[in-house]
Amino acid sequence: MKQMSMREAIAAFVHDGDTVAIEGFTACICFAAAHEIIRQGRRDLTLCRMTPDLVYDMLVAAGCARKLVCSYIGNPGVGSLHAIRRAVEKGIPAPLELEEYSHFGMVARYTAGAYGLPFFPLRSYQGSDLPRVNPHIRSVESPYGDGTVAVVPPLKPDVTIVHAQRADPEGNTHLWGLLGVQKEAAFAARHVIVVVEEIVPTEVIRSDPNRTMIPGLIVDALVHEPYGAHPSYVQGYYDRDNAFYLRWDEISRDEASTRRWLEEWVYGVPDRAAYVAKMGAEAWERLRPGEAFAYPVNYGRYA
Amino acid sequence: MIGYTPSEMMIVAAARALAGVRTVFVGVGQPNIACNLALRTVAPDLKLIYESGVYEARPARLPLSIGDPTLVSGATLVCSLADLFGLFLQGGRVEVAFLGGAQVDRFGNLNTTVIGEYTRPKARLPGSGGACEIAIHAGRVFIIMPLSRRSFVERLDFVTSPGHLDGRTPRSALGMPGAGPEIVVTDKCVLGFDPESKEMVLKSLHPGVELESVLGEVGWKLRIAPDLRETEPPTSEELRILREELDPQGIYRR
Repeated sequence: MKQMSMREAIAAFVHDGDTVAIEGFTACICFAAAHEIIRQGRRDLTLCRMTPDLVYDMLVAAGCARKLVCSYIGNPGVGSLHAIRRAVEKGIPAPLELEEYSHFGMVARYTAGAYGLPFFPLRSYQGSDLPRVNPHIRSVESPYGDGTVAVVPPLKPDVTIVHAQRADPEGNTHLWGLLGVQKEAAFAARHVIVVVEEIVPTEVIRSDPNRTMIPGLIVDALVHEPYGAHPSYVQGYYDRDNAFYLRWDEISRDEASTRRWLEEWVYGVPDRAAYVAKMGAEAWERLRPGEAFAYPVNYGRYA
Repeated sequence: MIGYTPSEMMIVAAARALAGVRTVFVGVGQPNIACNLALRTVAPDLKLIYESGVYEARPARLPLSIGDPTLVSGATLVCSLADLFGLFLQGGRVEVAFLGGAQVDRFGNLNTTVIGEYTRPKARLPGSGGACEIAIHAGRVFIIMPLSRRSFVERLDFVTSPGHLDGRTPRSALGMPGAGPEIVVTDKCVLGFDPESKEMVLKSLHPGVELESVLGEVGWKLRIAPDLRETEPPTSEELRILREELDPQGIYRR
């Protein structure tokens, strides 16, 4: 495990043609990593995410993706993902292959990958057309004689990128708020990049081990990138920039205005620190939540 | 007589259907408002489960999405999605779930995936999310969507989430634990399902709505309950909670 800049982490662990998972269910979506992937001009990526969200809409608009593996293609709470729709419906800027599951199917795929299983069973898809359009969704007869059950294959990304509140220098990572499928996606991956708001002394992590979602053991690169999840949010650090999610609905409707936005906010800045400065202090003040601390828990001292 | 919008009537009718329910799987938008209205009126013990992994949320502001951070602060439990889908949903802990879609057929099957051919879509829609397994596992499904001929169709372009299938095959034959769609709440009327044929049946018309205007918005010959009623209009208290507490900006009431 090595602490490095986002530029170094993406250069080292994201290659053309890779299968990449930037997870985080509405919360803790690492846009900073996606923007760096766009700047480094990666191509032919297979992008995995339950909810592609704006983060993959941007990657698709920038021409980085060949294929999408996902379960909900929407701008959460707003509407459509227009860049992905353009790619799927019209092949602009390039055709995009779609491998589609339900949410539980995606969770099951990551879980199979993380557990080292050949497949994972779930009770879903009966009566749905999804298995008809996705041959990877199959079913098996229960060996215990209680009917058939759907199965999905393991999903093992070349790299999973997870954003979280804090980690120690070894990459032991505290995550709270919505937990999504980050733990499974990280354990399933060949390489893991952890991106955090704060790097803290290991004593902080050790004071609350139940909050550690990802052990340094599986982390290849640790990146310190404050505000790296904007316009999504980090519980307790900054709110979701709902105004931007609404604005993206306008920006992304048109290919040219999408390009212009990418030119200004991705290609036009060298890194996330410059993006943060460009946003301005007022924006971050607007997104700062009030405080709501948990009661401390007593783990006990057993000397 | 107090004025109200068709959306307000739809939300109120959905909330009332939650009387006596203990656990509900919530979606954002109108179902979210309906569940929070039920919590303040007919179902004070209602436990709200959000697809993002939040149990018993107490949102301090109207959440824009099911992943809004206001749902986390003050909830009794926040879990991973493996726990949410495995333990809560597949484990049989969800009594009622709200679903909607771009298209519904007479048996309550829903399409949220695609308009047109799957491989050559006229319009690409969001897809399943958790809807496919929610439709299979929730004890009962409440469908909430505005009535229109584009949505209430003879034949779905794609079945994302199964309802009562073809009306003849029982859901249990496919190993589906939940009972399937029970009601359909629209901006014009409330529909149920015939226990034998599993076909949608018009149960009540919202005040001021003509029967013909409902039949004209349904893409098949709609069955009408022999005891067709008028939906009870919203009370002033329901409207007050909706307007003052749940949706003061009127985003979902228009």
